[in-house]
Amino acid sequence: MDLKSVDLIVDKYQEKRTALISILHDVQDRYRYLPDEALRMVASRLHMDINQIYGVATFYKSFSLVPQGKHSITLCLGTACHVRGGPKILRELKGLLHVEPGQTTADRQFSLNVVNCLGVCAIGPVMMVDRKFYGEMNPIRARRIIEKLNGKRGGVRS
Amino acid sequence: MRKVKSVEDLEKWKKDILAKQKQHEMTVSVCGGTGCQAYECQKVKAAFQKGLTQKGLRERVTLKVTGCPGFCEKGPLVTIYPQNVFYQKVKPEDVPEIISETIQNGRKVDHLLFEDPNAHRRITSADQIPFYRSQMRLLLSRNDLIDPTHIEDYVAVGGYQSLAKALFQMKPIEIIEEIKASGLRGRGGAGYPTGKKWEDCKKESGGTKYVICNCDEGDPGAFMDRALMEGNPHSVLEGMLIGACAIGANKGFIYVRHEYPLAHKNAEIAIQQARKAGLLGENILSSGFDFDVEIAKGGGAFVCGESTALIASIEGRVGEPRSKQIRTVKQGLWGKPTNLNNVETWANVPLIIDKGSKWFSSIGTEKSKGTKIFSLVGKVKNTGLVEVPMGITLKKIIFDIGGGQQDGKRIKAVQTGGPSGGCIPASLFDLSVDFDSLSQAGSMMGSGGMIVMDEGTCMVDVAKYFVHFLQEESCGKCLPCREGLKRMGEILDRITEGKGNDEDLSLLEELAEVVADTSLCGLGKTAPNPVLSALRYFRPEFEAHVHEKRCPAGVCTPLIRYSISGTDCTGCGACAKICPTQAIKGEKKQSHLILAEICSKCGSCMDVCKANAVMVQ
Repeated sequence: MDLKSVDLIVDKYQEKRTALISILHDVQDRYRYLPDEALRMVASRLHMDINQIYGVATFYKSFSLVPQGKHSITLCLGTACHVRGGPKILRELKGLLHVEPGQTTADRQFSLNVVNCLGVCAIGPVMMVDRKFYGEMNPIRARRIIEKLNGKRGGVRS
Repeated sequence: MRKVKSVEDLEKWKKDILAKQKQHEMTVSVCGGTGCQAYECQKVKAAFQKGLTQKGLRERVTLKVTGCPGFCEKGPLVTIYPQNVFYQKVKPEDVPEIISETIQNGRKVDHLLFEDPNAHRRITSADQIPFYRSQMRLLLSRNDLIDPTHIEDYVAVGGYQSLAKALFQMKPIEIIEEIKASGLRGRGGAGYPTGKKWEDCKKESGGTKYVICNCDEGDPGAFMDRALMEGNPHSVLEGMLIGACAIGANKGFIYVRHEYPLAHKNAEIAIQQARKAGLLGENILSSGFDFDVEIAKGGGAFVCGESTALIASIEGRVGEPRSKQIRTVKQGLWGKPTNLNNVETWANVPLIIDKGSKWFSSIGTEKSKGTKIFSLVGKVKNTGLVEVPMGITLKKIIFDIGGGQQDGKRIKAVQTGGPSGGCIPASLFDLSVDFDSLSQAGSMMGSGGMIVMDEGTCMVDVAKYFVHFLQEESCGKCLPCREGLKRMGEILDRITEGKGNDEDLSLLEELAEVVADTSLCGLGKTAPNPVLSALRYFRPEFEAHVHEKRCPAGVCTPLIRYSISGTDCTGCGACAKICPTQAIKGEKKQSHLILAEICSKCGSCMDVCKANAVMVQ
């Protein structure tokens, strides 16, 4: 694994331990997850114990220790999205992708995640696909978005 | 960018910017908040860019991407100044018409104006729209005028003048007295008097002190802080500068949650521009006062909204709260005196310094002063951000501003205060919205989420939702919160599956009390509120689940059944086509039927049925 990027990221934050969370975010942006080798590198550069790094990486929900899929599907399950039918969309997504939240499909195409609020409550239910927000979602629209990304347009009517 | 070295410089800069702005006859403001981005406002902006260039209007018309004006439901929003024409739900293909009609010929494009649903007439300017009419937009109104990535826009509307006043016309102690006299209370939820907190922090001896801005807005259903940080980051910076000057801090942090990328970006840009302009850094405006701000990014942990957990997170550690026997104003970040306030609290500070504590304290109720921004969401017609004076009634917010029920179902409750708050029933909608009244009703002000619930919302399900939310977000440090919430969740699971009994309800109440009494931090202490308030006001719904094994709202899947009304079904076949389990049978143009044994109760049939023939029992 090429760890040059990790070096550059730690340099960017001037080896500050306090920047650990920002560093981990950048590492995750680069590799789409937090590889063990990268975390060991961060630990040695920051002169921190690897256990401490893992403590932080597993405490915060934004971090993933397993490789993420090509497309990230993030469904908001905040209160506003919940009362407007968010759980129905989750059921649809789970059925469609055959994964539970936090998991990635076997073909590494999709990672399904749920968050407790994306802060776009006024147009809920909200889903974020590859950092793009989609408002006023329903199971049918969710299915269409996935099918479009999957390249096969199923016979789903709007 | 110009470097501002004195108050005179700042004044001159403002004049120059205003003179430059006057060269343009018109301004087109396109909302660029996250909500409107979901509606592809970037394409609307690009269409304006292209259209204005093609018509050779770029010299005469300024195109501005602003922060969130609040009416997210109707996005993308476009306002044309100085005519003050407010267009809603603008699509890129509408832009040529706006340019040729409104910009070139001064005529309005009727179909893009807001239509009053009661009077059925089109309304031209935003302030005449019922959604805005009853609001008092002291903080949010500037969002409409400012491009958050241009410090000049903020300076033009009088930005950083309060800082100049605080630095040169007031002593630190006078600033604190002014904030105390204003009656400003923390907008993050607890409502602690801001001036008092500053005073306590100032009293602490020792060199290094910190100020922190809490933008870890984790309450589900709340997004006021996101809108302020995205739309007007300089007002927050100015508030922090004034606070730091009063307390004697030289370093500040803005803790932004990871889920708010645009807020993070705009805050970063604002800091860089303020540094370049000399409004952050050393010897600000030649006053001898040094102050700089850094951004710390969250990692998706709700508990980090709690001050001690947030501080641990800035230090790069796991975000676990500590006991608050020693307050953070004494020992906070790296053990130094630290003053932490919420985004909205900081944003109020420049206003108070500018207009005076007397003016501020004339707004609101006896113990809750000023305005408060709420995010009005859920089952209500007009959703978005509303800024209202404290003391307004819930009824006014939900019915006058929010427009009442959404799709024919009666509104039965509003949830305030997020997972620490509770559900207030419709019978109490005459309640005044302030810190104390809401607490008395078993809820709390919280950071400002207001989630409206109607007959289609199951209150047992909502209680279960919050308990599971908090169980997941509990940091696990103390036992009552970690284990208690888990058991409460199990009981609520049983009830919503139709397996609950009478004993479960009393056990639930008992557990709730223990968790509230014995947890370490605010998360656990307030965690039972949603359950207790639901039990207090909606006990019959719990009893229906327990005794009749029935979910009156038709939400809890194990207790409901979908069927099709033979008289209403037109036999269009849409439901059969969408059904993932092929549980719907029927001939074309004939009444259809749901096979209960195969039905997965996903509700897709109900969503697609245009004849409203699908029923849930």
